[in-house]
Amino acid sequence: MVVAASESTRGARIDIRAVSHAFGDGDKQLPVLDSVDLKVAPGEFVALLGPSGCGKSTLLRLVAGLDSPSQGQILQDGAPIDRPDPSRIVVFQDPTLYPWRRVRDNVALGLQARGLLRREGHRVDAALRRVGLEAFARAFPHQLSGGMAQRVALARALVNDPRLLVLDEPLGKLDSLTRLAMQSDLVELWQRAGFSALLVTHDVEEALFLAQRVIVFSQRPARITAEIPVDLPYPRHRGDPRLTELRHEALRHLGLDASW
Amino acid sequence: MATSHQTLDAPLPLAGSAGSAGSADAARTPSSVWPVGIVAALTWGGFGALTWRWPNKVAGFSDWAYTEELGIAVLVAAAALLVVALAGGYAAPLRRVRQTLRHAGPWLVALPLVFAAWEILTAKTALLPTPFFAPPQALIEVYIDDWRRLGDSALNTLKLLGFGVAYGGVAGFLIGVSIGWSRRIGYWVHPVLRVLGPLPSTALLPLTFYFFPSSYSAAVFLIALATAFPVAVLTWSGVASVNKSYYDVARTMGASEAFLVLRVAIPAALPQVFVGLFMGLGASFSVLVTAEMMGVKSGLGWYLTWAQGWASYVNMYAALIVMALLFSGVITLLFAVRDRALSWQKGTVKW
Repeated sequence: MVVAASESTRGARIDIRAVSHAFGDGDKQLPVLDSVDLKVAPGEFVALLGPSGCGKSTLLRLVAGLDSPSQGQILQDGAPIDRPDPSRIVVFQDPTLYPWRRVRDNVALGLQARGLLRREGHRVDAALRRVGLEAFARAFPHQLSGGMAQRVALARALVNDPRLLVLDEPLGKLDSLTRLAMQSDLVELWQRAGFSALLVTHDVEEALFLAQRVIVFSQRPARITAEIPVDLPYPRHRGDPRLTELRHEALRHLGLDASW
Repeated sequence: MATSHQTLDAPLPLAGSAGSAGSADAARTPSSVWPVGIVAALTWGGFGALTWRWPNKVAGFSDWAYTEELGIAVLVAAAALLVVALAGGYAAPLRRVRQTLRHAGPWLVALPLVFAAWEILTAKTALLPTPFFAPPQALIEVYIDDWRRLGDSALNTLKLLGFGVAYGGVAGFLIGVSIGWSRRIGYWVHPVLRVLGPLPSTALLPLTFYFFPSSYSAAVFLIALATAFPVAVLTWSGVASVNKSYYDVARTMGASEAFLVLRVAIPAALPQVFVGLFMGLGASFSVLVTAEMMGVKSGLGWYLTWAQGWASYVNMYAALIVMALLFSGVITLLFAVRDRALSWQKGTVKW
């Protein structure tokens, strides 16, 4: 890696270059991504918006290094991504906490996997505090509500000090009140920690409320159809007329503006 | 995971609804008498009295031993039960005894009725003839006269079971994990498992007695085989059905292959492993007893054939009761271990 992880460049720079991807092989190929080009600047918050099942989540798996693209290249700070790495942590739609581990041990997962737990165990408690769940350290996942479980999943991601946080509809299954609260929490965590963030969502308002740039995808195979810069300072206000304007624009790109 | 939990839980709840109703009114009136207890005491008293005072029907040999002793002992127990039922509310230790007994109340009424019927049909009227049937006091005679041989047999059975199940459990677990994890190992082992697994271990009995240096080692091998098959299959299915995103989560956080196996696959498969162990134990009991009857010169299975050789049916009943208690104890132990290991599954865990 060329770029040193100094405080100003803590977030990773991601280059997605002409990435196409298909599932299956031979005649039964199902194309899901069609020459996607996208750059994420260090510390930038980018949202990917598109109809469900269009292939956004596939793109995230490629960025995370969980799968390799059929064509094209994905670079992190100039180096190709070919395997998962703890500098890029994924938060999934389901919290996917391990039910046999207590909350604290779930959060400790990444440190334990890399053999850092003994030396840096204090980071676990710090991460739990950051999401406000230090009182539940000894609880089992089945004792948590959906929102709490997702916050534990966030803490489990943040404890690794990721340079890129990959968010795959992390609030998709939460009730609307919890969802609004956690959107604000996410902005705050992102601003404090300075990681780059790549969020997949099909909630237009969520994308506009959180991200500095919203990328709109087409139906499968996903192509980028529009890019909407959200030029609003944080903290944002949901009633902002500019957000309403941008929302209209985004819906127009998705072909859903008839109801407006 | 949920299904395995239910499967294992099924034999556990012994608590009848009658018992819980009883404890509810116990909480309301702690010092009052215990009506079911009084009924139970009277029933036991009836059983004791008829055993003691009703003369045994004369068979072609000397009288049943311990008839009087049994009757008196039961009467004493009935008196004690009566004290607990009447005065249990007034003294703390008695109250505790009553609290434990209360749940068993209906059973305490039913059991003496069964015993009384048994006593009447055998010793008192000989409607069920000797030597195939024996009264309760005959069992007592066996336990008192032959406890050393019975205890020895029980210990040997337990030892043989321990070796076999330990080897089989470990082997089955390792096989299950490796075919669940590695495609290449699965390619080779899976067909073997499919063909040989369903073969009852007892069918291999003659062959193994021939191949192994001793009938004891042959029996250990067969018990291990019987245990290993269900453990392997269920461990394998447990490992194979682990939520794939559990692996994704760990992989993005830099987990090694070993970490994925030891810290993700195995803990996630553990509920299934316990189902496998439960099934394996059941299979191993049957192989164990057969092996002891056929070749091994010790253990409860051997005791059964030995007693049969002497046409001593009372000894067989006595050994069967010991066997039932022993095996049910082993299963209970497995459940206790499971409840500890899988405490995260229960909704009642406090922290």
